[in-house]
Amino acid sequence: MGTEHLATPTADSYAVIGKPLPKVDAAAKCLGRTKFADDIVLPRMLHAKILRSPHPHARITAIDTSRAEALDGVKVVITGADLPNSFGILPVSQDEHALEGDHVRFIGDPVVAVAAIDEDTAVEALDLVSVTYQELDVIASIDDAVAKPEPQLHDYADDGNLHKLVHLEFGEVDRALEQADHLQEDLFFYEGNTHLPMEQHATVAEYGGNGRLTVWSSSQTPHYVHRALEKVLELPRARIRVVAMPNGGGFGGKSDPFAHEIVVAKLAMLTGRPVKICLTREEVFYCHRGRHPVLMKVRTGVKADGSITGMDFESYLDGGAYGSYGVASTYYTGALQTVTYEVPAYRFKGARAFTNKPPCGPKRGHGTPQPRFAVEVTLDKIAERLSIDPAQLRLQQLQPADSVTANWLKIGSMGLGACIAKVTEGSDWSNRFRKLPYGRGLGLACSSYITGAGLPIYWNAMPHSGVQLKCDRGGGVTVFCGSTDIGQGSDSILAYIVAEILGVDPMEMAVVTADTDLTPVDLGSYSSRVTLMTGQAAIQAAERIRARLLGPVAEKLDVPAERLEFSGSRVFDQTDPERGVTFGEAVALAEAAGGTVGSVGSYTPPRSPGRYRGAGVGPSPAYSYSACVAEVEVDPDSGIVVVPRVWIGHDIGRSINSSLVMGQVEGGVYMGLGEALMEEMAYRPNRNVVHKWPSMLEYKSPTMHEMCDVTTYLIEDPDANGPFGAKEAGQGPLLPVMPAVANAIYDAVGVRIDEVPMSPPKVHKAIKDKARGKAPRFGPSSVPSVPWPEVTYVPPPWEGGDGKAHPRPGLETRGEGG
Amino acid sequence: MPVEPVQIKKRPGKVRGTFLVNGEAHDVTYAPHKTLLEVLREELALTGTKHGCELGECGTCTILIEGEPILSCLALAQAYQDVPMETVEGMAQESNLHPLQAAFVEMGAAQCGYCTPGVLLAAKALLAESAAPTRQDIKDALAGNLCRCTGYIKIYEAIELAAARMRGDEAEPAREAFYGY
Repeated sequence: MGTEHLATPTADSYAVIGKPLPKVDAAAKCLGRTKFADDIVLPRMLHAKILRSPHPHARITAIDTSRAEALDGVKVVITGADLPNSFGILPVSQDEHALEGDHVRFIGDPVVAVAAIDEDTAVEALDLVSVTYQELDVIASIDDAVAKPEPQLHDYADDGNLHKLVHLEFGEVDRALEQADHLQEDLFFYEGNTHLPMEQHATVAEYGGNGRLTVWSSSQTPHYVHRALEKVLELPRARIRVVAMPNGGGFGGKSDPFAHEIVVAKLAMLTGRPVKICLTREEVFYCHRGRHPVLMKVRTGVKADGSITGMDFESYLDGGAYGSYGVASTYYTGALQTVTYEVPAYRFKGARAFTNKPPCGPKRGHGTPQPRFAVEVTLDKIAERLSIDPAQLRLQQLQPADSVTANWLKIGSMGLGACIAKVTEGSDWSNRFRKLPYGRGLGLACSSYITGAGLPIYWNAMPHSGVQLKCDRGGGVTVFCGSTDIGQGSDSILAYIVAEILGVDPMEMAVVTADTDLTPVDLGSYSSRVTLMTGQAAIQAAERIRARLLGPVAEKLDVPAERLEFSGSRVFDQTDPERGVTFGEAVALAEAAGGTVGSVGSYTPPRSPGRYRGAGVGPSPAYSYSACVAEVEVDPDSGIVVVPRVWIGHDIGRSINSSLVMGQVEGGVYMGLGEALMEEMAYRPNRNVVHKWPSMLEYKSPTMHEMCDVTTYLIEDPDANGPFGAKEAGQGPLLPVMPAVANAIYDAVGVRIDEVPMSPPKVHKAIKDKARGKAPRFGPSSVPSVPWPEVTYVPPPWEGGDGKAHPRPGLETRGEGG
Repeated sequence: MPVEPVQIKKRPGKVRGTFLVNGEAHDVTYAPHKTLLEVLREELALTGTKHGCELGECGTCTILIEGEPILSCLALAQAYQDVPMETVEGMAQESNLHPLQAAFVEMGAAQCGYCTPGVLLAAKALLAESAAPTRQDIKDALAGNLCRCTGYIKIYEAIELAAARMRGDEAEPAREAFYGY
């Protein structure tokens, strides 16, 4: 595709790895031929619609579906009574029902479903369903949840309407803060926002005459949908096939098993006909699972030279109506503060509230953009206070490579210093920071993200990713893997990695993914895990193919096996390249010698050193690092912030495909910019918590006019745990954008916007307050009082800890041993 | 045992019309309230045209009517009978990708690929008017097409590359677009 002329900057010995090759599915996408879930049409297919709660919190006292059932064209109407088993993504929060039977908890909660001969009839039928509700007191906010333990949304909550309470301490934080020369205390609020994938969720289900169910869905996690269907439908998983179609954008929004997926499966089983549902855009807003609104308090002790002595971090998450990934989200708001800069002592308290709003969950960066915003803005304030350059403040205390953090996260390669060097050089930081005219400014922020979670969502000892290879006598190779391509290019990554090892052309390979009948399990497209985990599994599978081919080819060519090279779709003698066979001939020789040529490979992440309760969130095989400088122009009269340019450096470890990495970095900057400036999943608390903007027009996201220019630097510092050294790119580059913009606004107009999004009214108010001599700041002023559980105290590695919880020094050992 | 005669109610009346899509005439019988998006996807099985909101907010369903981009989700099908129109399926010539499609493939301008058909057609309309659009021209012409994956950068680069090649230049992508600075 015209890329041969481009030399790779690194890894010149690779034929495929690092090259900006087109994606294996790019042409199909540009031709409009890629089939997304809603593009599936089956003979005799019915259409489903779901009636949703119009109340934020209510008991269902009666449902009358008789008029809907009588409507011509309606095949079946179901309610919660037809789907009584609960489900949910995490084993600890199985709190959802495909149709809620007696208790609705947000406007949009599913109640009744209809299957009819067409969509119009299904919509008409919903109007004929009568549901009687008894309204309940509404929990509209974190403060509400603290103040009102009743009525409880869920009886399994840790305390009243507080879903989850966490209290962890690593080293003696109070003592560390006392030893500081300066104690910086800040409060921040990060408003929720949503994924807004361009594709509305859609699912098609078919129940065959043989008692097997097939579900095609826009899902990032077909394996978890498979498990949820088994549980709710009481159908053995061996009788269920889940196919995740290419996702028209996911960003975390298609990572839960969803009510509508289970509903159409049930409708297909009841009618014996294929059933499709495609959600409206309004329903997509109600599915949500997006960014948690998080209120944060951070107290940071620093020495006069800026070095951190300790950090005390509190998170208050507005979780919405269900658990979703919320327990993990809560831990994530406290997990990764320690992986960028050395934090000798660290305490984290986290509280997640249940509220009567669409459930929050994982959005790109899952639980880390909020605390990262807080940490990076607080560091900017510390740098200002101590008159230290913000870049220098960070560079002087980077977490070292190959180290273990206070909370027992094992760091491998660490390229943040190189990222900071690149973005400060590119932005001419030293000549422009604090030196631009009023209204213009530069801001710096950094971040880190996991490359896959170290532990699976449900406890098991099996691999996280599996790959199967099949070689054809004609030289073709088929890769089978459960991973789901959501646009990030995971299908292509499989092809590139196998092609590199077998010396074949990635465009000559077939890739079969995300089909529980055909592909070995991969846990799904979340936590930036796919390239690393499927990549390692693919390497193992491909090396096993090589091992199969070596003997027969060596014998045929009469060449020692160790002299054989795989390249250019041939296997040949390194010392005499003419002496060789085609890859297809090599497969045929191996097949003749030993039977069908195939292999499997799998990957399980290394065990993390953390052994305390809560240590499951944060460990990763590798951490990516990013640094960002944002330039802003602030109009003091309107508060409008324009970001003309962002410089971003990303430590990718090694690019498997540099073009795809560039696309992920640019896309991450874009999504971060939207969160920084405009995106908010907001509700009207005084109007029954009606969603403020359930449409793409009112939910503002950046168009081409708002998107900034991006100067990207890829730092290649290969990580020992990554395939060819690769780390993640899908989520990390979003994280530093919001704090970089906040810090740039301060440089431009001297006000602190301690809240995301930094929308014009907030900026305008802070500027006006400053002019009137008030505090030049917009942000929260207090946190609620929460009944924290007793601390889990874990000595950090440098205090001789073993990764386990121990009694805190100086505390009575209550209950210890007894 | 006597069999009850099945009562089959007829559906409400449909209308009939001809749609001129990608150079072919299609006679279609369809419900009169259907949008052009629905007729294309559901009656003609041209599912290359996507939808993201069905309210005219995202640009995903963009098609060309006599070369001009419109939002097919807001267009009443009846108003577009006998009018030449183009969908993404009409861009390639036989097996050859349109230069815009080829550039999108080469630059990685399609990530999830869901907004891509609409973006390609809006870009085609732009290049028909302006052979050498500036980046600002591209933004002005395509600001109504939302993309959540790319940050738009690779889309600009692909349109600029295709425009140059369509003018006859032997353009190649900038090295920085693939490897960074």
